[in-house]
Amino acid sequence: MADTAHLEAHATGHDASSHHEPTGWRRWVYSTNHKDIGVMYLVFAIFAGVIGGLLSGVMRMELQEPGIQIFHGLAAMVYGIEGGEALDAGKHMYNVFTTAHALIMIFFVVMPATMGGFANYFAPLMIGAPDTAFPRINNIAFWLLPPAFILLMLSLFFEGTGPTALGFGGGWTIYPPLSSTVGHPGPAMDFAILSLHVAGISSILGAINLITTIFNMRAPGMTLHKMPLFAWSVLVTAFLLVLALPVLAGGITMLLTDRNFDTAFFKPAEGGDPVLFQHLFWFFGHPEVYIMILPGFGIVSHIVSTFSRKPIFGYMAMAYAMVAIGFVGFVVWAHHMYTTGLSLDVQRYFVAATMVIAVPTGVKIFSWIATMWGGSITFKSPMLWAIGFIFLFTVGGVTGVVLANAGADRALHDTYYVVAHFHYVLSLGAVFSIFAAWYYWYPKMFGYMYNEFLAQLHFWVMFVGVNLIFFPQHFLGLAGMPRRYIDYPDAFGFFNRISSIGYYITFAAMLIFFYATWEASRKKRPAGDNPWGEGATTLEWTLSSPPPFHQFTTLPKIDSTNAH
Amino acid sequence: MTGQFLKKMGALSAAAMALMPALAAAQEETGYTAGHPLPGQFHLQRSVTPIMDSITAFHDGILMWTISLIVLFVLALLLWIAFRFNAKRNPVPAGFTHNTLVEIVWTVLPVVILIVIAIPSFGVLSDQLTTPDGERKYLGSNIFSFGEVEVPAPELTIKATGQQWYWDYEYVDQGVALTSLILDEEDRTATKPGQPRLLAVDNELVVPVDTTVRVQVTADPLGVIHAFAVPSFGIKIDAVPGRLNETWFNARETGIYYGQCSELCGRDHAFMPIAVRVVTKEEFAAFMAAFEGGDYAAASATLAAVQ
Repeated sequence: MADTAHLEAHATGHDASSHHEPTGWRRWVYSTNHKDIGVMYLVFAIFAGVIGGLLSGVMRMELQEPGIQIFHGLAAMVYGIEGGEALDAGKHMYNVFTTAHALIMIFFVVMPATMGGFANYFAPLMIGAPDTAFPRINNIAFWLLPPAFILLMLSLFFEGTGPTALGFGGGWTIYPPLSSTVGHPGPAMDFAILSLHVAGISSILGAINLITTIFNMRAPGMTLHKMPLFAWSVLVTAFLLVLALPVLAGGITMLLTDRNFDTAFFKPAEGGDPVLFQHLFWFFGHPEVYIMILPGFGIVSHIVSTFSRKPIFGYMAMAYAMVAIGFVGFVVWAHHMYTTGLSLDVQRYFVAATMVIAVPTGVKIFSWIATMWGGSITFKSPMLWAIGFIFLFTVGGVTGVVLANAGADRALHDTYYVVAHFHYVLSLGAVFSIFAAWYYWYPKMFGYMYNEFLAQLHFWVMFVGVNLIFFPQHFLGLAGMPRRYIDYPDAFGFFNRISSIGYYITFAAMLIFFYATWEASRKKRPAGDNPWGEGATTLEWTLSSPPPFHQFTTLPKIDSTNAH
Repeated sequence: MTGQFLKKMGALSAAAMALMPALAAAQEETGYTAGHPLPGQFHLQRSVTPIMDSITAFHDGILMWTISLIVLFVLALLLWIAFRFNAKRNPVPAGFTHNTLVEIVWTVLPVVILIVIAIPSFGVLSDQLTTPDGERKYLGSNIFSFGEVEVPAPELTIKATGQQWYWDYEYVDQGVALTSLILDEEDRTATKPGQPRLLAVDNELVVPVDTTVRVQVTADPLGVIHAFAVPSFGIKIDAVPGRLNETWFNARETGIYYGQCSELCGRDHAFMPIAVRVVTKEEFAAFMAAFEGGDYAAASATLAAVQ
C-alpha cells in the first residue's frame, strides 16, 4: 500500500494527498489520470468509429446492386479521370475502403474502446486502485494512437499501386506479395505498416500498464479470485496483447525490409515464402479476435448480474474459461489458412484445436443464462444490449464451429459466410458489448443519466439493422459469393440489397446514439452514485458519479461479501 | 455394431438432409442444373462431385441442424428468462451461484456434440486431401460410412496458374495451354448471352466427365496469391507464387461449372472467374485431338458452341 502511494506520488510529480487538479488543455494532453485517459480513448474510438462506419456505408451502397455504381464516380471526382481509367481506379478504391474499414474498426475503434477506454477507466476502480501503475505510460499509450491513426489516414492519400490508385488495397490481412512491392509498389503500404507499428506499441504499453496494475494494486483483501470478472477479462486480454502484438510487429517489420531494404523473407523468387507471413500474421490475428471480444465478456457478466440482482453464476468457471480461451486462442491460428495447401495432418490438428474453444465459450454463454435464471430482472438499456450480445455472439459462435471444420471451410473460406461470421462476433458481439458498457457506465463516467427511451430505441433499431446487414450474408456465402468483391454475379443481388437496407437502418441507429448522448449532456439529469440499485456490487458504484479526480485515497478493504 | 451405428447415423443424416432445405428441393424440381448460383440462392451450390456431396451432407445434414438447434435453444432460454424472471413476476431474486451438475452437463454435452461433428468432419477432410489411387473409397453423401464411392485414379492433369487478373491453364501431359479471360459485357451479350455476367469467360477449361482430374495450382512466380475455387466441385485452393498446390475433382455431369478467384489479388480480383466445361469422354477426345497443335479455337470448335 505504501508502495502504491509512493508510486502514485512519484509518477504524477504531485503529493498524492494534495488533490491538485490540472485544468484546460493541460488536464487532457498531460493527463496521467486513468479516468481522463479512459474518456479520451472513448472519444477517440467514437471519432474513428464514425470514419470506419462511413467507409462501410459507401461499400454497402456500392454492393446494393450488381454492377459498379459508386466507386468509378468517386474515383472520377478524386482523380479527375473518366471511363475505363476511372473504373479501374474505383475498383482499387473499393479495396482501399475494405482495408481501411477493417484496420480502423479493429485498431482504432474496438481496441481503444474496450482496452483503452473501459479497461483504463474501470479496471482500476473495480480493483480499488487509486490509478494505474504507470500513469505516464498510460499517457503515452494514448497519445501514440492519434499519430498511428494519422499515419493510416495519410496512407490513403499516398500512391498504392499507381498515381490514380492511392492507398493500400490488400485487405487488413496484408498478405504479401500483394502487400509487397509486387502488389503495392507505392509508399501507402509503408505508411500502413508504420501505423500498425505505432498502434501496436500503444497497445503493448497499455497492456503492460494494466497487467502491472491488476497484479500489484488490488485493494487489500481482493485476491485474484475475488477480483471482478471485468478485471479478469482485462488481465487475460492484456496478456494476449503482450504476447501477440510483437509477432505482428516482427512480421510487418520483415515486410517493411522486404519492401525497402531488399530482404527476401516473403519473396518466393529469392527463396522466401509468402505463406510464412500468413503464419506470423494469424499467430497475432487469431488472439487479436479474442482481444476484441474478451473485455466484452467481462462487461456482460457485470451487467447481467446487476440487472438480475443476482451474483454471477460460476464465477471461477467464468474467470478460467476466459483464461482457457486466451490460451487455446494461441494454438489455433492456421484455421484461417485451410486453403493455403497445409498438409492433411496439420489441418486435422487445427480442426481439433479450434473446436476445443467452443467448450469454454459454451460455459460462458450458459453461465450468463444461469446468472439470469431465478433473477429479478429489469430490462434497462444496458441489459438489453447485454442480452443482445449473448444472442448475437451465440449466432456468431456457432458459425465459427462450422468454419472450424476444414472440410466445410473448403466451401466457405473467403466467402461472405466468413464475413457474416466475424461481424456477428465483432460488429454485433464486441460492439454490442461496447454499447452495453457505454449505457451501463455512462452515468458513472459523466454523472448524468441518459434518456432511457432513446437508449432502448437505439438498441432495437440497431438490433434490427445489424441483423439485416449480416444475416443474409450467411446465405450469400453458402451460395459462394467471395468476399472483397466490388461486383458480383446478378444472382447475389437479392440478399445484397437486403444487407444494404440493413446498413441504412443501422445508420439511423447511430444517429439515435449521437442524439441520445447529446440529449444527456444537455439535460444534465444527475445520476446519483449508483443508479442501478443493489445488483451493482462492484467498487465503482461506491464512488460518486463522476468519481473524484483521485479516488480511494483510503483504500477500500475487501471482505467476502463485496467481492465480484 | 459400430458399422451398424454409423449406417444408422448415415441414414439419419440423409433423412435430415432431405428435410432440410425445402426451397433447395423446389429449385431441384424446377430443373436446377446450373453450375452457378441462382437468384436468391441461400444454400450451397449444387454438387456434381463426391467431394461436394460429402461437404453438402456434412453441412446440411449435421452442421446446419446442430447450430440451428443450439441457437434456438439459447433463444428459447433467453425468452423464457425474460418471461419468467422479470422483476414483476419474480420480485425476489434467487441467490444461487453454483450448480455442479448443470456445470458438468454444459461442459460435457458440448464435448459430445463436438465429437459427433468431428467424426464425419475428419472423414470429409481426409477425402478432400487424398488424391484417388483407384483403390481408396470415398464417402460421398454417406459421411458416416467408411467410404462407399469408388473414384478412379487421375487420368488428366491440369495446371492452373493465377495471373493478375486471369487464369492460365495447361494440360500438363498433353503440353497444350490456354488463357481464360473474363468476357466484358459487350462480348458476353454478343457471344454467350446465356452465360452469367462476371462468370462467363472467353475460353473455358474443358475436362471429361466421370474422370478424375488432378489440378495443380500455382500463381505467377512474380505475381500475387490467388485462389482456385469451383463451388460445385467442392474445391478451393490457394494459388501461391513459388508453390505448387494440388487438388482434384471427378465431375459426374456435363455442363459448365463456374467459380471465382477466392483470395484478394488486387484491382480486378472480382473479375477473374473460373469456368470449367465438363464434356463427354468422346467429346473430350475429339477436343484434345484438335488441340494437339495448340489451337484452342480449333479445339473448342469441335464442341457445341457455348450460348
